[in-house]
Amino acid sequence: MSSRERILGRVRRALADVPQDDMPYEQAVPRDYLREHGERSVEETVDLLAENLADYRALVHRCAPDVLPSLIAGLLTARDARSLLVPAGLDERWLAATEVTRVPDLADSSAHELDRVDSVVTACALAIAETGTIVLDGGPDQGRRRITLVPDHHICVVRVPDQVVSSVPQALERLDPARPLTWISGPSATSDIELDRVEGVHGPRTLEVVLVGGQASADVNS
Amino acid sequence: MSGTFVGMPAFPAAAHEAVRNPTLRGNLRHATHTIRAKREKAVAEVSDWAQLREAGRRIKDHTLRHLDRYLVQLEESVTAAGGTVHWAVDADEANRIVADLVKATGESEVVKVKSMATQEIGLNEALEAEGIRAYETDLAELIVQLCEDRPSHILVPAIHRNRGEIRDIFVREMGEWGRPAPEGLTDTPAELAEAARLHLREKFLRAKVGISGANFMVAETGTLVVVESEGNGRMCLTLPETLISVVGIEKIVPAWRDLEVFLQTLPRSSTAERMNPYTSMWTGTADEDGPQNFHLVLIDNGRTDTLADEVGRQALRCIRCSACLNVCPVYERAGGHAYGSVYPGPIGAILSPQLRGTASEIDASLPYASSLCGACYEVCPVAIDIPEVLVHLRERVVAGGQVTRNGNKVLLKPAKGHAAERAAMRAARWAFAHPGALRGGQRLASRTRRFHPRTLPGPGRAWSGSRDLPPVPSEPFRDWWQRTHGGKDGAK
Repeated sequence: MSSRERILGRVRRALADVPQDDMPYEQAVPRDYLREHGERSVEETVDLLAENLADYRALVHRCAPDVLPSLIAGLLTARDARSLLVPAGLDERWLAATEVTRVPDLADSSAHELDRVDSVVTACALAIAETGTIVLDGGPDQGRRRITLVPDHHICVVRVPDQVVSSVPQALERLDPARPLTWISGPSATSDIELDRVEGVHGPRTLEVVLVGGQASADVNS
Repeated sequence: MSGTFVGMPAFPAAAHEAVRNPTLRGNLRHATHTIRAKREKAVAEVSDWAQLREAGRRIKDHTLRHLDRYLVQLEESVTAAGGTVHWAVDADEANRIVADLVKATGESEVVKVKSMATQEIGLNEALEAEGIRAYETDLAELIVQLCEDRPSHILVPAIHRNRGEIRDIFVREMGEWGRPAPEGLTDTPAELAEAARLHLREKFLRAKVGISGANFMVAETGTLVVVESEGNGRMCLTLPETLISVVGIEKIVPAWRDLEVFLQTLPRSSTAERMNPYTSMWTGTADEDGPQNFHLVLIDNGRTDTLADEVGRQALRCIRCSACLNVCPVYERAGGHAYGSVYPGPIGAILSPQLRGTASEIDASLPYASSLCGACYEVCPVAIDIPEVLVHLRERVVAGGQVTRNGNKVLLKPAKGHAAERAAMRAARWAFAHPGALRGGQRLASRTRRFHPRTLPGPGRAWSGSRDLPPVPSEPFRDWWQRTHGGKDGAK
């Protein structure tokens, strides 16, 4: 007998007490928990996202679409970035104001090559306000999972409010499980030494999230 | 994990040592109280905690009640997504499967994500015996591995070590395993974390094989989920060419949607965060992104035996959050090692004796490693009634009865050590059935109270070794009642 049959046989014998007409899945699980916590306007949800991202030590910036290229260029300069990983499908206009050497996201780059790159800029699939989480699904503007992991500086652009959901349940219903998913809530961190939180053990030590929204800045009264 | 738990003394003996270690007690007290307070705040943020907890309990219960169906469905979806599924009845078989998979790649080292399942089966030692070196990459697991220690907490395995000890371990041992610790390393957590980053990065970048566990497996889609903080998990899950995930068969949830419950309750219960820094989800293999070979090893190793116990099976709902450890007054004082298992604390006290059986002294003692205060049940995000299972297992140890071991029904003999307890209970039953004898006995006990010893002789010695004998009153209650109320009802 194969181990597969042995295990399945043991499971079936162990469950001899369970009646044949046991409650089906749909009825067995009550779904009376909330789809989102609290009532917020769209603006308040975006504010909550910014607040929770910052609470877990991500650096949060907000800007209008036409300011994005200069903002990104400024962030790269501030970090003295000399090389930048760029996913194949990233909006070209976002990088229009920076001269930093671009490194394409290629399948055959070695991990050592990625380790020599300073920064990475990506878009995201969505962001979750209640938990301060950005989710990447490997889309063309986000690239392979490893490019947002090995470099020490990750700039992630979130289009607000379109890409923002309130809660975990709302996020899952918009995501495709067939894609590789990475949920990021603040930069890499550990609390293993006397529970003191230290940022940046293995992932990027700096996570900068740019919330891009609204109209071009010329039209915004701020 | 380098140390093993084989031959551990029973809980009372191990705990006896632990409670006399002031560093351990200080570290544990600080850790458990800090996480406990943070957790309360994180849970209070969500107003529907009770509903989420109930949904989590029901999802897990439903899955366990139909586990055969969901296992087959999971196998189909993982295979359809490009993965290969292996089945292992016990630890030996799981270790052999993993060793063979690693050897087939031609590699002799692997990087590992922190995983309770691989600790449970002793994978690192088994690989070592086959000439394969397994590197733990979680910071706490690295500390434990470097000094050949054992983990003492599910979530923060090196919680029993303070920063000075960790610095000394890094300076002494890192060079033996790879990149040495930087010159002049101090004991600030930031510097220690940086030393670990440099030491491990060279391993991540060259690794061809990664080994992980999983927090959840979705039967419907074949998706595996790993939650973590440091990014070492993402490194192991995405950089190597081959990924081998070793997961207990109870880690299934039926549907994608079920993750909405556990991704809310797990982080808040374990690290007391709204969400842990990194969560990775993968379904089989993805084109040109991450490992191109994916193997899932499903392990039984005592889980089907646990499933066969209608009271005890609820222990399989556990999502390994460790909230029960942090509230347990016994764990806080005795520490993690006293439990003689990779699963310490209240959940360990019910899980280990079920997974391994109660034949050994340590496993037979674990159901007693509790004051039954119930705090563990209160905080459990899947509502495992740990006190209920503890009492059930105590009964099994004392009275014996039918249990399932390795898939076979066997009759368990009553434990020898409890003969005196059973004799006392028999005597009590007789005495309560004979009121005259009871009255006579009580009077005799009262009149001879001056001559009573402070500890019990013979088989009762162990009991009174850790407790004071209650003093016998000068007069039995019945006599007092008779004297003061004349046998009449004195109420109003």
